[in-house]
Amino acid sequence: MSGAVRPTIRIQAGDFDAAAEVAAMTQGRTDIGAVVTFCGLCRDEGGQLSALELEHYPGMAEAEIGRIAMEAVGRWPLQGVTVIHRYGRMKPGDNIVLVVTASTHRQAAFEAASFLMDYLKSRAPFWKKEHGADGTAGDWVDAKEADDEAAARWRR
Amino acid sequence: MKLVYFAWVRERIGKPQEDVDLPASVKTVADLLSWLRTRGEEYEHALQHQKIIRVAIDQEHVEHGETIAGAREIALFPPMTGG
Repeated sequence: MSGAVRPTIRIQAGDFDAAAEVAAMTQGRTDIGAVVTFCGLCRDEGGQLSALELEHYPGMAEAEIGRIAMEAVGRWPLQGVTVIHRYGRMKPGDNIVLVVTASTHRQAAFEAASFLMDYLKSRAPFWKKEHGADGTAGDWVDAKEADDEAAARWRR
Repeated sequence: MKLVYFAWVRERIGKPQEDVDLPASVKTVADLLSWLRTRGEEYEHALQHQKIIRVAIDQEHVEHGETIAGAREIALFPPMTGG
């Protein structure tokens, strides 16, 4: 069952349409009972940020997210997995990342989506640089210990 | 050996990638980081907190104890902040 699932992974500069990705996953199917979508957006940090610059490691970004997705497919009975991660300059309100998981029941879809995001945060080769609302180029965002801890809770 | 750098490691070293001839004594990732730090103050600035530097060999994460024998491309970068 899970062996037949081929994750859809896209690393792109352009925007994505979450509804269209869900439709592509579920179209023509009658066996899916639960779809979970997670969208990560660029926020303005209380008006202090004008943009985020996302740098990535081309090639490895696709490969690493593919490895993470295959681990999810091995751990939960999923009927579909889509991960889209953008790179380049994002303004507050812009989409950054999309995770879509589908399963027969909600628990697997929720857990797999949460696992995918926790692992993406600490293992997918992307780095965020902040640009201030006053026009200054800011600092690289520091990795959060909480993100590492979130990923660690999935280790068996 | 092809080395590639990302984010503040790239900015501090001042280039996105380079080809280097490694001395035979450099056998592991940790050896490579220590050797790079001797190449100039920009490398020392980028890699001074050696333990937090993340490394990928041929686009897969590795620990600092990993051997670099047979590697085609080694990437050095800060902890990741995507998602």
